[in-house]
Amino acid sequence: MPLALELAGVDFAYPHGPPVLRRVDLRVEAGEFLAIAGPNGGGKTTLLRLALGLEQPTHGAVRLFGELADRFRERPRLGYLAQRSQLGVQAPATVREVVAAGRAPLRPFGRLDRADREAIDEAVERVGLAGLASRPLTRLSGGQQQRAFIAKALVAGPRLLALDEPTAGVDVSAQEALAELLGELHGELGVTILYVSHEFGAIEHVVERLVLVRERIVYDGPTSSLPGLWHDPSHVHV
Amino acid sequence: MFEFEFMRLAFLAGAVVGVLAPVVGFFLVQRQLSLIGDGIGHVAFAGVALGYLIGVSPVWTALLAAVVGAVVIEWLRARRKAAGDQALAIVFYTGIAGGVVLISAAGALNANLFSYLFGSILTVTRTDLTRIALLGLGSLLLIAVLLRSLLAVAIDEEGARVSGLPVPILNGAVSFLAALTIGISMRIVGILLIAALMVLPVIAAQRVAWSLRSTMGLSVVVGLSSVLAGLTISYYANLPPGGTIVLTATGFFLVAASFEALRARV
Repeated sequence: MPLALELAGVDFAYPHGPPVLRRVDLRVEAGEFLAIAGPNGGGKTTLLRLALGLEQPTHGAVRLFGELADRFRERPRLGYLAQRSQLGVQAPATVREVVAAGRAPLRPFGRLDRADREAIDEAVERVGLAGLASRPLTRLSGGQQQRAFIAKALVAGPRLLALDEPTAGVDVSAQEALAELLGELHGELGVTILYVSHEFGAIEHVVERLVLVRERIVYDGPTSSLPGLWHDPSHVHV
Repeated sequence: MFEFEFMRLAFLAGAVVGVLAPVVGFFLVQRQLSLIGDGIGHVAFAGVALGYLIGVSPVWTALLAAVVGAVVIEWLRARRKAAGDQALAIVFYTGIAGGVVLISAAGALNANLFSYLFGSILTVTRTDLTRIALLGLGSLLLIAVLLRSLLAVAIDEEGARVSGLPVPILNGAVSFLAALTIGISMRIVGILLIAALMVLPVIAAQRVAWSLRSTMGLSVVVGLSSVLAGLTISYYANLPPGGTIVLTATGFFLVAASFEALRARV
C-alpha cells in the first residue's frame, strides 16, 4: 500500500523570497493522524499546501498515495478545511448547502441525486449538526461553522482530510469538542488526517504523531516524547 | 400600452433580462466582483463606438467587446498580473477612453448613442427579441448545468481547487456570462446601467433571504419586477427605461434593508 503522503528532499521558497522550507523529508502512512505544528511563519501551512499540490516544490518531490501531488487523480477524495475557513458567499448559505458543495467535485453537473442527499445527511449528522441543517451558517457559533466545513470536507468520502488552523477563532470548549470529533472520525473512518496548527494542546490526546516545523522538520514523533518547552511551538528553535 | 408592438417586444425582452441579470449577478456578488459588470459595460461602450465607426451593427460589436473585456479581466486576475480591483480599473478606464475616441472619430455623438447607454423602449426590434431570447435562455441553461460547481466555488474557492474542480474555467464562465448579459441587455437597460440590475436585486434579496436558494429566487423576483415596473414607468413618464428600472431596483433594496433593520430590532 503506498504512503498517503511522501515529501522527499523538498525545498520551497516563494518567488524572490527567502527559503520557507529546506530539505524536508516526511512519510505519512495511510490512516495516520498527524499534527503539524510550529511557530507562525515556520512553514507548516506551506508544507500542507505542497502536500495538496497547491504549491510546487523548488526542489524535491511530493507524492500523494504514490502519485505526484499536483497530478493526483483522485482529487475529489481530498477533504480540505482552509485556514480561517470562512464562508465565501455573502448570502445566507445553510449548513446543508455548504455541505452539498463538497459533493460537486464528484459530480459537477446536474441536480443532487439520492446518493448525494444521503451522503449530505450522513455527514451533517456525523458532525452533530443534524438539527441545524437548514440554518444559515451566519446564525451558528464559530465552532458549529467549523463543524459544517468539516462535514463538507467529509461528504465525498475523503482518503485524506487536511485541516489548516481549524481551531482559530473558536473558544476552548469548541476546540475540545473538535478534537473529540476528529478522534472519532479517525477511529471510525480510518481516514488519514493532517492537522496543521500553531498549537496542538487541544488535540494532544487524540493525535498519534507530531511534526514540528521551523523551516525544517525539527521534531517527528509522539507528543509524549516532546521536550517540555516545545509544547508551546513558539519556543521551537533549530 | 400593450396595443403597441414596441411595448410588447420591450416587455418580452425585458422579462428575459430581468431573470438573467440577477442570476448571473448572484455569482458576481458572491465573488465580491459586483463592479465587474461596470468594467465590462464600459468596454461594451467601446464596442458600440467601433460598430458605428466600421459600419457594423453596434449590438454585435458591443457583444464581442464585452466578451473580450471579460476575458482580459479574468486573465489579469488569474495570472495575478493585477489585483481584482486593479484589473477592473484598467479595463474600465481603457474601455471608456477607447469608446470616447472611437465615437468621436465616427461622428456618432447623437441620440441613438444615448439609447445604447441608457436603454430605450422604442428600439427593440423582433430581431433583437430573437437574439435576446436565444442568448438569454442559452445562458440560463448553462447556469443550470454548472450550478452545483458554481456554488461550490462561490462557497469555498480554495476547497474547490483542492478537490479538483476547474476553478479558473468556472470563474471564466461567470465572467463570460456577465459579458453576454450586458451584450443582450443593453437595448433595454443600457450599457451604463445593466451592471446595477445584476447587483441590486441580489444585495436586496440576501438581506431578507434564509438560504442560497431563496436568495437566488428572491433576486429573480426583484429583478423581474424591477424591469416590468420600470418599463411601465418609462412608458407613462417618457423616461429612459434604464433609469426607471434601476431606481425601482434601488427601491426594492431600501425596502429589504428596512425590513432587515426592523427584524433585527424585534
